[in-house]
Amino acid sequence: MGYSEKLLDYFQNPRCVGEIPDADAVAEVSNPVCGDVMKLWVKVGDGRIQDAKFKAQGCSAAIATSSYATEMLVGMNVADARLITRDQIAEALGGLPASKIHCSVLASDAIKEALKGF
Amino acid sequence: MRPEVVAAMMPVFTEHFGNASSIHWFGQHAKSLIDDARQHVAKLINAEAGEIVFLSGGTEADNLAIRGIAESQKSKGRHIISSQIEHHAVLHTCKDLEKQGFEITWLPVSRDGLVNPENVRGAIRKDTILISIMHANNEIGTIQPIAEIGRIAAEADIYFHSDGVQSTGKIPVNVKDLGIDLYSMSAHKIHGPKGVGALFVKKATTLKPIMTGGGHERNRRSGTENVAGIVGFGEAARLARLELMQEMLRVRELRDRLEAGLKSQIEFIHVNGENAPRLPNTSNIMVDYAEGEGLVISLDLKGVAVSTGSACSSGSLEPSHVLTAIGKTPDEAHGSLRFSLSTMTASEDIDFVVEVLPGIVARLRELSPYYKGNSGSDH
Ligand SMILES: Cc1ncc(COP(=O)(O)O)c(C=O)c1O
Ligand code: FES
Repeated sequence: MGYSEKLLDYFQNPRCVGEIPDADAVAEVSNPVCGDVMKLWVKVGDGRIQDAKFKAQGCSAAIATSSYATEMLVGMNVADARLITRDQIAEALGGLPASKIHCSVLASDAIKEALKGF
Repeated sequence: MRPEVVAAMMPVFTEHFGNASSIHWFGQHAKSLIDDARQHVAKLINAEAGEIVFLSGGTEADNLAIRGIAESQKSKGRHIISSQIEHHAVLHTCKDLEKQGFEITWLPVSRDGLVNPENVRGAIRKDTILISIMHANNEIGTIQPIAEIGRIAAEADIYFHSDGVQSTGKIPVNVKDLGIDLYSMSAHKIHGPKGVGALFVKKATTLKPIMTGGGHERNRRSGTENVAGIVGFGEAARLARLELMQEMLRVRELRDRLEAGLKSQIEFIHVNGENAPRLPNTSNIMVDYAEGEGLVISLDLKGVAVSTGSACSSGSLEPSHVLTAIGKTPDEAHGSLRFSLSTMTASEDIDFVVEVLPGIVARLRELSPYYKGNSGSDH
């Protein structure tokens, strides 16, 4: 299938799934290529991301990259988080097969959208 | 491939290495093997052996039928009638002809995935030279009313081609009763080898070959025959005919059990084409609030091979043209799974899927921001 062990692990056992009822920001983005969706909740304080949770309806790569990126966010300062790129996320999960390159854009878009106001 | 098919092919690689066109013994032996295979394939669809043209597969069969008629009939007209749910081998061939100045009428299908024969009748023009409507659809398995379409084609004296790649060996096919002039078949769909197929060409059909050369296959398809492949196809066809009735009933029962089992345990799922006559082995299931690829990968990790939408276009992100034609939105189409059952499918395989899929769907739905019960959803 062309996915790394690590990616499959994040797909099967996604971290940071859920919602944050008193979130400081919520972003909902859909992938322009396939229409898959990710929703991201963040709590921000002292210039840092205190907590982050996500939900996604998408392919296995979308779920894994969303989960990995959300996990990455927790504890990061906002300025650094804004710099996270889709390639970084994809590479951290062992790369994506050619037909799945577009999937990682969901997570990087959601992060940018969620952090817009900070 | 079935072991019997491999067994039939092996001696061709190791013993008979003749060129079927040569007159020496080896060549004559190869020819007689091909003739036997031709008989088996012909019998499977109630054709005459002389009406079977061996070639490289379903795709080539569709190309030869459509391009062959288009070329031979273009002085009479340039209009072709086909449907929106054809396999890409027909779709793209007709689109190519469109660029060359042919006109194609793409008939719609009902929400159950059926072409209405009256629409075929209504689309016929003075310059119509070919009607090409598939027998059974490869994604949702719906069986088209081709006997009626064949009658309409015959009344109007128009050639009728049907892509029979999915139906051959799965349901009884009688090309004489169905009024078909050209019928495409592929060996690998009946557990034969890949890269071999056949086109049934009714006697006295004028067809311009697309492969020209040494005049093999009664001048319909030049090129030294793929003897081993053809022998494998013949054996697969022989077995398919022998077991057809019994397998059809067995597989249909498994399929129905699969669908009933999943429907009783999973909410928001639909069987595409459920109310139409369908192939006994195909089940296209649409799961709301989950994405098809995630389901396929999850099943794959448990050792179950299924595909999303159409296997032929997996890797493609476009929603399936078949599901779009039956009125599904791109989102709905992305949640579809296609199960293809076969002789190789055992009862336990079905039990296993019914056991594991509900959990997989539940897990993916837990992740969905849209699934009911989730707060914060604006859908
Ligand atoms: C309906 C239909 N037509 C044609 C083909 C192409 O056949 P082949 O793979 O032998 O070229 C397929 C194969 O999937 C098919 O399902
Ligand atoms: S296919 Fe849509 S995000 Fe992967």
